[in-house]
Amino acid sequence: MQPIVSINNLSKVYSSGHQALTDITLDIQPGEILALLGPNGAGKTTLISTICGIVSATSGSVQVDGHDIVSDYRHTRSMIGLVPQELTLGAFEKVFNTLAFSRGLHGKQPNRQYLEQLLKDLSLWDKRDSTLMSLSGGMKRRVLIGKALSHEPRVLFLDEPTAGVDVELRKDMWKLINRLRESGVTIILTTHYIEEAEEIADRVGIINNGKLLLVEDKTDLMQKLGSKKLSIELREPLNTIPDSLNKYDLLLSDNGLTLNYQYDTRSTRTGITALMKDINNAGLILRDIHTSQSTLEDIFVNLVADQS
Amino acid sequence: MNWQAIRVIYTAEMLRTWNTLLQSIASPVISTCLYFVVFGSAIGSRIQSVEDVSYGVFIVPGLIMLSLLTQSISNASFGIYFPKFTGTIYEILSAPLSFFEVVLGYVGAAATKSLIIGTIILITASFFVDLQIKHPFWMIAFLLLTCITFSLFGFIIGIWADNFEKLQLIPLLVITPLVFLGGSFYSIDMLPPLWQKISLFNPVLYLISGFRWSFFEVHDVSVGVSLLSILCFLGICLAIVWWMFKTGYKLRQ
Ligand SMILES: Nc1ncnc2c1ncn2[C@@H]1O[C@H](COP(=O)(O)OP(=O)(O)OP(=O)(O)O)[C@@H](O)[C@H]1O
Ligand SMILES: [Mg+2]
Repeated sequence: MQPIVSINNLSKVYSSGHQALTDITLDIQPGEILALLGPNGAGKTTLISTICGIVSATSGSVQVDGHDIVSDYRHTRSMIGLVPQELTLGAFEKVFNTLAFSRGLHGKQPNRQYLEQLLKDLSLWDKRDSTLMSLSGGMKRRVLIGKALSHEPRVLFLDEPTAGVDVELRKDMWKLINRLRESGVTIILTTHYIEEAEEIADRVGIINNGKLLLVEDKTDLMQKLGSKKLSIELREPLNTIPDSLNKYDLLLSDNGLTLNYQYDTRSTRTGITALMKDINNAGLILRDIHTSQSTLEDIFVNLVADQS
Repeated sequence: MNWQAIRVIYTAEMLRTWNTLLQSIASPVISTCLYFVVFGSAIGSRIQSVEDVSYGVFIVPGLIMLSLLTQSISNASFGIYFPKFTGTIYEILSAPLSFFEVVLGYVGAAATKSLIIGTIILITASFFVDLQIKHPFWMIAFLLLTCITFSLFGFIIGIWADNFEKLQLIPLLVITPLVFLGGSFYSIDMLPPLWQKISLFNPVLYLISGFRWSFFEVHDVSVGVSLLSILCFLGICLAIVWWMFKTGYKLRQ
């Protein structure tokens, strides 16, 4: 399948001399949800802004729907919706008008019904005649989403859509994002919340210091990179870990009833068999065993720590 | 052509004017009335007529130009500076728009507003003095060209300015002196020869001269030269805006 967004060797050096993006290459498939994770200043906003035409690339190229973003900007930009990170909105315009404005900017005929439905979906319909400055932060965020969707884009960029948004609204947004995906919209979002990426993304890209460290299918990523934790519950509490088990770097829980063992699913030998044998030899009696997968957060922290 | 975009930018800008109608229109009207009272009646009655045109009538074209220039520049510069200031410019930059469409929307609205103000001043003036316009077609042509050209110039300033001081600097430090020294209130024939020569370097002189000719057939420089110079300035401004959008100067990082 032809990627909907294709980024090739993209680099950006700001006029200040700061290299914000280094040689980014990435294909985004139609209909997927890609989450870009990265610490502050990693270059996420720069990457999105470049694709949308707000920042110009220093080198490299980007195609959207097979069209170059510079030479064929009319085609690419009319397909893209952007929700910026900052709450950049006018002050005196009315909610409905500002959505109609965005729609018009993208060359679409006015469509009252569509905008009405959109505002209802975003729970903003009863605010349609309010001025933008009279809205709360969460409402403004939704207006920005409404503006980005006003022209029925096929690719949607969400730059930290849930920053400063309460739990309720965040869940609503996740639902909205899922609905959009079902209608075939490709979604690229940045976030600092790993649970968010874990919850809604199909693929996860990790970016740090302007470099794309990896892009993986979310489940693959967790399987491939994730270390697993084996928890062994004991019948009788232990005061200290027996010397014969020292080589496994076990962690004993405070109540002395659980031994935790970290192992890497990628390695051929996980050491579980040997550990079990030694536990048996040490005369410990087991009550229960279970394993747990590490989260994206752990993966993320490890990767970023490795790099620096 | 993205006509929808031109339409929404134009209407949004006109709506902004509409919301601030009083200050947009009242202030130029009031200041024009004051000029008439001071220059036309109080001082003007002691000044002999200029080239057979009574002084009060003579200053009308210059007064209109003064308002037109300052209004065009301030409206257009503010119209594009404000989205830059609040950050909402991101929408314009990420929309499928060419520089020409952006210009048609913003500059079109600013020029329309100046045109309205110019017309109001003209009507106001006709209450004070007995006006006769010898070449109405050319009068309108000069009016239109001036509104468009100086709105475009204001648009450039709005993009260039990165703070409010700069936004006001050019109108205050450059335009007002040029208009005053460009023969708004006198004919350059009244100046000593050296200053007449120097005045010829003032682009606004050509504008006012042409505009005045359309009223009274009185002029400092020939009409053709006036027309040509304003068209030249228009071309230069267009080229600058084109270049700004092409390179992203002060727009795109
Ligand atoms: N206009 C600019 N001029 C110079 N440097 C800039 C500019 N914009 C961003 N940068 C720098 O580029 C780097 C990447 O910034 P960017 O905003 O893309 O990061 P981010 O990943 O979006 O961070 P955050 O999570 O905080 O939003 C930062 O070091 C930032 O200081
Ligand atoms: Mg950012």
